Amino acid sequence: MENVALHHYLILSAILFVIGLMGIFLNRKSIIIILMCIELILLSVNINFVAFSAFMNDISGQIFTFFILTVAAAEVSIGLAILTIFYRNRHSGDVEDSNMMKG
Amino acid sequence: MIVDLLFYMFASVMCIGALGVALSRNPMYSVLFLVLTFFNAAGLFILIGAEFLGLLLMMVYVGAIAVMFLFVLMTVDMTGEDDDGMKSPFFVTFVLITGAVLLGEIILAILGGIASNARIAEFVPAESDVQNIVLLGRVLFTNYIYPFITVSMVLLVGMVGAIVLTHRKREGVNKQDISEQISRTKEESIEMTSPTLGKGIS
Repeated sequence: MENVALHHYLILSAILFVIGLMGIFLNRKSIIIILMCIELILLSVNINFVAFSAFMNDISGQIFTFFILTVAAAEVSIGLAILTIFYRNRHSGDVEDSNMMKG
Repeated sequence: MIVDLLFYMFASVMCIGALGVALSRNPMYSVLFLVLTFFNAAGLFILIGAEFLGLLLMMVYVGAIAVMFLFVLMTVDMTGEDDDGMKSPFFVTFVLITGAVLLGEIILAILGGIASNARIAEFVPAESDVQNIVLLGRVLFTNYIYPFITVSMVLLVGMVGAIVLTHRKREGVNKQDISEQISRTKEESIEMTSPTLGKGIS
């Protein structure tokens, strides 16, 4: 077993990214699962940043992870608020029912 | 050696958790798998030497975001719905093939980049004389002070946006209106009557 190097972390992050992306596409219902998949994608970006930060001995990557964490928190709060009012108007949380704007 | 074992353990459980998030039918299970994923990511962060971010990930994601997901999920009652079948098998195959191709491309790019520039593949031990959190605070509050303030504005916008979006006027609720209270005059709030004896005010 070779030592864990940078590319192990990068490949793990890529796997996580693709899982999140495929989760968005394959998800049949529930907008809330789409939100969670977006969280997964942000987490994969965070892992990339932290891995580069640790292996290149530069703390800036961790600072940016901090910022991404903040943006993710704000994004999920807004997303859940939108989901709540969507449910209040349509009485469902399905992707199929979000067709009011005929987009 | 033990570090490698821990890495593979955390990474495999994390991938399983992510698959659970993406594939479970019940959103409640998805939230729990999300918690699993984030715990393992926090373990990875601590393993690589970013202790503060690992603990922050646990606090923010498990303590705040997962609980918020659970609250919303219980409030809007979307669990255990009837599953009206998959999307068409053609679509699913197409998406899976696209995902596999994308993953292969990214991994090829990573390995190609590593091969072309072997310098970054070497492990550089983190500074041991100063703690991670001390270093992080030092850099965050000096070099990145303006982004730090900007990010606080992002949080403020998130908070105000969530409140404004979900707030609604409700009927039949008595609320204090201070301007109405202090703009009352004596004429409109006091009525002088002179009731006759034994009858009272009708």
